[in-house]
Amino acid sequence: MGQKLLMKGNEAIAEAAIRAGCLHYFGYPITPQTEIAHYMAKKLPKVGGVFLQAESEVAAINMVYGAGSTGTRVMTSSSSPGISLKQEGLSYLAGSEVPAVVVNIVRGGPGLGGIQPAQSDYFQATKGGGHGDYKQIVLAPSSVQELYELTVEAFNLADRYRIVVMVMGDGILGQMMEVVEFRDKEPIERPDAPWATTGHGCERSQNVITSIHLSPAVLEKMNLSRLEKYKQIEEKECRYELFNDEDAEFFIVAYGTVARIAKSVIETARQEGLNVGLIRPVTLWPFPRKAIDKVMGTAKAFLTVEMSAGQMLEDVMLSVCGRKPVYFHGRMGGMVPAKEDILQKLREMKEQLG
Amino acid sequence: MAKVSFIQEKCKGCKLCVSVCPKHIIKMNDQSLNEKGYHPAEITDMDKCIGCAFCATVCPDCVIIVEK
Amino acid sequence: MAIIFQKPKALKDTSMHYCPGCTHGIAHRLVAEALDELEIEGRTIGIASVGCSYNSYDYFGCDMIQAPHGRAPAVATGVKRSKPDSIVFTYQGDGDLAAIGTGEIVHAAARGEKITVIFINNTIYGMTSGQMAPTTLLNQYSTTTPYGRIADLHGYPIKVCELLATLDGPAYIERASLADVKQIKNAKKAVKKAFQVQMAGLGFSMVELLSTCPTNWGLNPLESMNRVKDELVLHYPLGVFKGESLEV
Repeated sequence: MGQKLLMKGNEAIAEAAIRAGCLHYFGYPITPQTEIAHYMAKKLPKVGGVFLQAESEVAAINMVYGAGSTGTRVMTSSSSPGISLKQEGLSYLAGSEVPAVVVNIVRGGPGLGGIQPAQSDYFQATKGGGHGDYKQIVLAPSSVQELYELTVEAFNLADRYRIVVMVMGDGILGQMMEVVEFRDKEPIERPDAPWATTGHGCERSQNVITSIHLSPAVLEKMNLSRLEKYKQIEEKECRYELFNDEDAEFFIVAYGTVARIAKSVIETARQEGLNVGLIRPVTLWPFPRKAIDKVMGTAKAFLTVEMSAGQMLEDVMLSVCGRKPVYFHGRMGGMVPAKEDILQKLREMKEQLG
Repeated sequence: MAKVSFIQEKCKGCKLCVSVCPKHIIKMNDQSLNEKGYHPAEITDMDKCIGCAFCATVCPDCVIIVEK
Repeated sequence: MAIIFQKPKALKDTSMHYCPGCTHGIAHRLVAEALDELEIEGRTIGIASVGCSYNSYDYFGCDMIQAPHGRAPAVATGVKRSKPDSIVFTYQGDGDLAAIGTGEIVHAAARGEKITVIFINNTIYGMTSGQMAPTTLLNQYSTTTPYGRIADLHGYPIKVCELLATLDGPAYIERASLADVKQIKNAKKAVKKAFQVQMAGLGFSMVELLSTCPTNWGLNPLESMNRVKDELVLHYPLGVFKGESLEV
């Protein structure tokens, strides 16, 4: 392994993108992710790249759509309110199958909300905040090292499936500093892009990037072919971590920052004779249903913990499918779930279920 | 001498060519309809054509080819 | 005898869907003639907008991208910034450019983005059947100003060329008209010059083309052409607003 650096989460994302060969970034300032833009503004010109601060998040996502249409690796980043502004663009990217990486450093909502960390954009990210039937891969890092590794992987996935990949962190992950160990050589996979609009050079037929098909039969066919692609992604690209899962009776389901808290809860619970495991989704879409099935044998109940009113909760319930009880604990507005409160919830579950 | 030809099936009968021809030799063929259901433009008195291409310039549908 | 006028190569053979007498077809031809004469179709990427010309990629032969309503200048920016040697143009109507896309066009111009904007101003929303546009003239009827556009209620029509000419980014801005043979010939020169400005890397270029909408104006094609000359030109004077003396 290569160089080690103490880095802020946001900057690790930017560095990762550049290492992944992304030399075009279009962004707009919004707390708590703007360091990504600062880093790109400083570094991209030095590596022959292009950094552009757009006039709005709407313009930024459309610049990404333009650059991505030429087969160029391209990224934008924002935080919750800005990501809401990009939803139309994300639907167009999905509808015209243009690869791109979009980073959401989530903050408390709704509305202008707050600038503290949250996970309340889960529905928007995984169920589609834009119009129409579409999916985007959503990756949930829970450390600065993972912000780096998953951002590099995001570009490979985007190009492999011609899809938008969202790296979804939160205000804590973006702002905190941790040591990052960089690889000497990044695992970059770049399939060629015969579909890209680069100018036909009078040597090939015209390429058109569009998402409008007035014929409903054609539009349905386009949608069906994408469903096929999404099914493939669900089969091949599901990622999760199981922690202390051999014979645990209770399982916490949590991602990102909350998964870190859950791990320290599990350590303390063990001392109280409470055997608790963790299912940590790394892909929020495709959601790791198999992980839930895997532990169904020993699990008595599941406790979903989120920095929201309970959004991943619904995917957990769908996956558990009534086989076992599913409990929930969440904080909102930027409040972070406390270890003690999670422990208390587990104790109550133990009392109820014995 | 000049020659003008009309790609009949592309004409939408908008008559803009008729309005600009300095020699007033373009007229709509009201005996026939093209596949779009319009009376296409035509020239019956070709030898009066001076090849100015005004008609082609103002045609929105590239119906008109002018030779000179 | 040699052919002295025919469909430009950069326009496909497809018959266009525009209404009879609509000058979109002429505007398309002028762009395609520029691409042919400057021999740049191979390295051109066009950005289609949303409106009557939403499917201009069915007519232009160069690579094309369909932009969301109003966002073509941003999409064009993304393309040009990632492929600086390409020639990028947007083809937009007055609703797309001057209503929802005002932010994008102003900032693309302010950045001096090296793209060419073909702006079709027919003072109305055509595709959605005749609503008021930002360029609809006072007292003009539309399906959303059924009693005529009233300044007190609907505000004033926007002069885009004059607006953008106040910015330093644009290198070339001209308003031309498609209302008769002479004006079309001048418009052809303007469109070609706009592309040449981009080829020379001099900055942002835009040509506003005053156009007709017979169907939603409720006039026949010839009356529509006359309306451009009798009414539109009064509020939207023709001429070069930036880059008068530019040599390309």
